[in-house]
Amino acid sequence: MSLWSVTFATLRKDIRLEWRSKDALNSMLFFSLLVVVIFVFSFDPLAEESRHIVGGLVWIGFLFASMMALNQTWARELRNQVLDAYRVSPAPANALFLAKALGNFIFVSVLEALMTPLFVIFYNLRVLGPAWQLIPVAVLGTWALVVNGTFFAAMSLRTRIREIMLPLLLFPISIPAVIAMVAATTAILTGEDSAHFYIVLLLTYDVVFTTACLALFETILHAE
Amino acid sequence: MKRLFPIFSAITAALLAYALYQALVVAPTDALQGDVYRIIYYHVPSAWTAFLLFFINFIASIQYLASAKESTQKAAKWVVIVIGAVGVIACFLPQVQHLLPTGMRPSAVATTVLAIPAFYFFVGKFFPGQRLDVLAVTSAEVGVVFCTIVLVTGPIWARPVWGIWWAPGDIRLTSTLVLWLIYVSYLVLRRFSNSAQTQMLAAALAVFGALDVPLVYFSIWFFRTQHPQPVIGGGGSMDPRMLHVLVISWMAFLCFAFLVCWSRFRLELLHREVEEAHAMESLVGAGAAAKASIPLNRSPK
Amino acid sequence: MNSIKFLYAAYIATWAIHAFYIGTLVRRFSRLRREMKELGKGK
Repeated sequence: MSLWSVTFATLRKDIRLEWRSKDALNSMLFFSLLVVVIFVFSFDPLAEESRHIVGGLVWIGFLFASMMALNQTWARELRNQVLDAYRVSPAPANALFLAKALGNFIFVSVLEALMTPLFVIFYNLRVLGPAWQLIPVAVLGTWALVVNGTFFAAMSLRTRIREIMLPLLLFPISIPAVIAMVAATTAILTGEDSAHFYIVLLLTYDVVFTTACLALFETILHAE
Repeated sequence: MKRLFPIFSAITAALLAYALYQALVVAPTDALQGDVYRIIYYHVPSAWTAFLLFFINFIASIQYLASAKESTQKAAKWVVIVIGAVGVIACFLPQVQHLLPTGMRPSAVATTVLAIPAFYFFVGKFFPGQRLDVLAVTSAEVGVVFCTIVLVTGPIWARPVWGIWWAPGDIRLTSTLVLWLIYVSYLVLRRFSNSAQTQMLAAALAVFGALDVPLVYFSIWFFRTQHPQPVIGGGGSMDPRMLHVLVISWMAFLCFAFLVCWSRFRLELLHREVEEAHAMESLVGAGAAAKASIPLNRSPK
Repeated sequence: MNSIKFLYAAYIATWAIHAFYIGTLVRRFSRLRREMKELGKGK
């Protein structure tokens, strides 16, 4: 029973379950659209400086959307005592964590892929810098949010105020990643600076916190 | 022990009064900023105290996590010794000396690095078992109080000197804000978590926070080199008389922080005693109820 | 001269925050001592 086989088995199960009960999926997609629309009405898309602030707006939008996905990460496992079954099984705890994190990553990426064209349309975005760099920024940035989010969602399971505890724990820790994501996106969109340093910072953040999450997840899983 | 507290309180009060006198009367007026600069005699010692307390929390959290298993405990001890040894040796290597900020003597940095294993073993020796966790919660809470003071006095100082309440690129104030947020979330987790393993979860969060702070520092540092911002808190060298008063002020606040921590530590011990007493009472109560219901259990067919 | 107000504000704010925190400690102490006494009587 290797780490990766358990991870992918769990991941496949999660994706299949999500796909079958599409109502959660649909409401989250609609919520993402609403977030974009609210931003469009709050921040004038015609202003000359809009290209400077769109980086921030996009990532705040992604952050709100990912909160929806992260909040229900462990909800299914809590019902029917699946988490207890997992604790007593010989399967490595990290496999469960990776499966959940990857599942969240896929899901949040889908949300981002749907929100991005809306931002491009409403804000008439044209990328002035090297556009291909947006891909590592998106991938590394999303992973940064998702890996810590999955971990803190597990931490918040036994708290009285579960839904608010997750953002309360996640946002402060994510600040350097958010600074890097927003600055990198703005640099690429405006073409004024190099995003190189921020991409390296995001990579460092991802490596450090993925390691920390994998090292400490077993402790969290057994917290009862 | 009980007599020491009032005696120490009196000494601390005297020290604080002396420090205040030094700060307001003895210290010379700054040529550029006038008398307003004297805020630093409260702002900077509070910052140093807060960072020290958060450092103690970090050490206590690591030890708490490591103490779960014998093997991790031994490993952690060796890691800390190696960090101390490597750090001290590195300070005297020429390649590393280039990286040190001007004016910082290698011996000073080496002494600071030695603080890591020193604190680790001191905390391990004097705060065994549950007391480690009590120390963690104490240092976190008192640290948040001092950090709040830093964040309040910082903008109050910046406004008359720089004309702005907050500079988004100011690396020190922004890093302090993030540190404050992390530890407030730590306290919230402790307060609202129902798990029997709350202490483990909180320790894990403290480790995450400690990993985060250098990353915050670098992200803001790069942002600032691209968009230069005013530096709140002044840089460069300081009049030795001002430095002298600053150190006196810090010593006074350290004593005060120690008193507050001592009180909070005792409060937490009392709190746990009361909880245990509650738990024992409900156990005894349940036992009595079970005894009373035995005739019912035995009632037949 | 106006800037002196900021100096006083900072010093007062510092001690106000400390006083507030110590106040909460005192309140929690008295509540716990009361509970301890009640538990002692209950037994």
